Amino acid sequence: MLEIRYVWEIPVRVTHWVNALAIVVLSITGTFIGFPYLIAGVDGGFAMGWIRFIHFVAAYVLTASMLVRIYWMFAGNHHASWRAFIPWRTTEGRRNFSKMLRYYTFTGKQISYEVGHNPVAAVAYAGVFVLIIIQIVGGFALYAQYNPDGMMAAWTAWILTLIDSQWLRLIHHAIMWLLAGFFINHVYSAALMDIKERNGTLSSIFSGYRFIEPKDL
Amino acid sequence: MKNEPVRSEAVGISEEILRKWEAKGVSRRDFIKFCTTMTATLALPLTFAPKIAAALEDKRLPVIWVEYQSCSGDSEAFLRANQPTAAEIILDIISLEYAEVVMAAAGHQAEKSKWDAMEKYKGKYLLIVEGSIPTGEGGVYCTVGGESAVESAKKLIKNAAATITVGTCASYGGLPAAAPNPTTAVGVRDLVPGATIVNLPGCPVNADNLTATLVHFLTFGKLPAVDAIGRPKFAYGKRIHDNCERRAHFDAGQYAESFDDAGHRQGHCLYKLGCKGPEAFHNCPTIRYNEGLSWPVMAGHGCIGCASPGFWDTMSPFYRRLPQVPGFGVEATADKIGLGLVGATAAAFAVHGVASAFRKGDAMESDKVKVEE
Ligand code: HEM
Ligand code: SF4
Repeated sequence: MLEIRYVWEIPVRVTHWVNALAIVVLSITGTFIGFPYLIAGVDGGFAMGWIRFIHFVAAYVLTASMLVRIYWMFAGNHHASWRAFIPWRTTEGRRNFSKMLRYYTFTGKQISYEVGHNPVAAVAYAGVFVLIIIQIVGGFALYAQYNPDGMMAAWTAWILTLIDSQWLRLIHHAIMWLLAGFFINHVYSAALMDIKERNGTLSSIFSGYRFIEPKDL
Repeated sequence: MKNEPVRSEAVGISEEILRKWEAKGVSRRDFIKFCTTMTATLALPLTFAPKIAAALEDKRLPVIWVEYQSCSGDSEAFLRANQPTAAEIILDIISLEYAEVVMAAAGHQAEKSKWDAMEKYKGKYLLIVEGSIPTGEGGVYCTVGGESAVESAKKLIKNAAATITVGTCASYGGLPAAAPNPTTAVGVRDLVPGATIVNLPGCPVNADNLTATLVHFLTFGKLPAVDAIGRPKFAYGKRIHDNCERRAHFDAGQYAESFDDAGHRQGHCLYKLGCKGPEAFHNCPTIRYNEGLSWPVMAGHGCIGCASPGFWDTMSPFYRRLPQVPGFGVEATADKIGLGLVGATAAAFAVHGVASAFRKGDAMESDKVKVEE
């Protein structure tokens, strides 16, 4: 009997969409900061000022959302747990990982049957979390430069002893492009799995529910 | 400037001190101006001006100024200070025991005077180092009087009361240390870690900052407070970008696109021409160079971050905002590579999608599918 399972709890879904929105806003404003292609007219205005302001507001939103999500990795159900992002911890996880990888590379026919994340996706998400955290920490190190005697600068000073701020900017750009690449991958895979798994993958990130046949697990 | 009578009470410098300087040929106006300028450069309240004036009295601070891998640009910057009185005052309060660019002695005689001065003022003299120190091949790339820069610098630093490095080369290695650093050049802080030292990087050092550091040392008997990389906070505590006169244009989104366009003529921000003001810390916008005459951004050229460690490597290309991506060609920017990556990803997944659409028998729960009439 097909069951309706409640998989993604509210904090998972809310932080997912807040992250997505914040990253889109940060990428658009960030691209403008890196390459201000729209030139304000001679009358001025405050174009770059506002764009940077929006970047920094979205930066705080993303940071808060990530903190909530990290908290939920310890407080939420086992699909939300940090353990779900390291499928290699168990033999079953390792088996399903290679099964899934073979499916994606057309060398295997079977999709691994999962209630939560499929193991290949889970590894990708772990990587994305790391990228976002680097982006946040590096972003605040750059931001702190406006006041080198301030608290933010004191907290991020260690970063600039490891790496010059110019290379940090380059990394800030590189991660943006990696996240853009991930975005394409993510939307494509979600749609593909929605079609092939027939368990409501796409709608589950809105509703939280997926359709599972326990016998097939 | 109008020549109103200058009243010493206004800043509280005693008549006696002013008269002494007058006797030496420095007008009271010039002396008061010097003291207040120094107070302002050091970011001290004006009430410190009399303290500074008093400290400058009858002090003869012995100074040894040595040069290693340098272009003498810092010596030039200091000596060419176009306001003679500032130089006069400072040369009056220090006793320059050894300085290659200005001294009359040469050869063994000069060498002797350097080591004599070191012995005579052991632990009391101020050492000024200009130029980087090459450590490669046992230091053979720079020797003076048969002695390597490594050896002589170590001796001089160890016996000094304090060391001031002038210019980026002496502070962090500078141009000679730029990749691939053929002479394994280093700055003083890497040659003698833990030495009492203050770094005054810049290409060249700003003479006003050097003067202010000397005045600080004379007034308070110690070196000024420094940041994480040994630069005095009074001079390197603020970002260029945050004090720049073109900042309003930055915030307004008005940028010069080339060095000859209308935006450039109107004084728009030089961000898109590669200005490194957003990552450089120096007081150029406030004190400027050559007694407040101008500074690069004012003159229409972007900042190149010359006071930052490793600037030749990290701040180049000078006419682009971001460094080159290692391993890619000259024309590749991070964003071109990024766009290429995103394009390749999209193409790969498009192909994958088409292939997946034609795939048969891989969909799950097929036994539960009921096709509607
Ligand atoms: C996924 C998230 C983010 C993306 C895609 C992103 C993207 C970018 C890009 C492309 C730039 C232009 C860099 C340059 O050319 O100088 C930029 C600048 C910047 N970002 Fe982010 N960013 C993100 C998150 C953050 C966060 C969390 C912070 C934290 C405060 C931050 C702070 C900054 C700062 C300070 C700048 C430089 C602004 C300036 O110098 O005017 N960013 N960002
Ligand atoms: S000219 Fe340079 S330092 Fe000045 S506002 Fe523009 S980017 Fe900043």
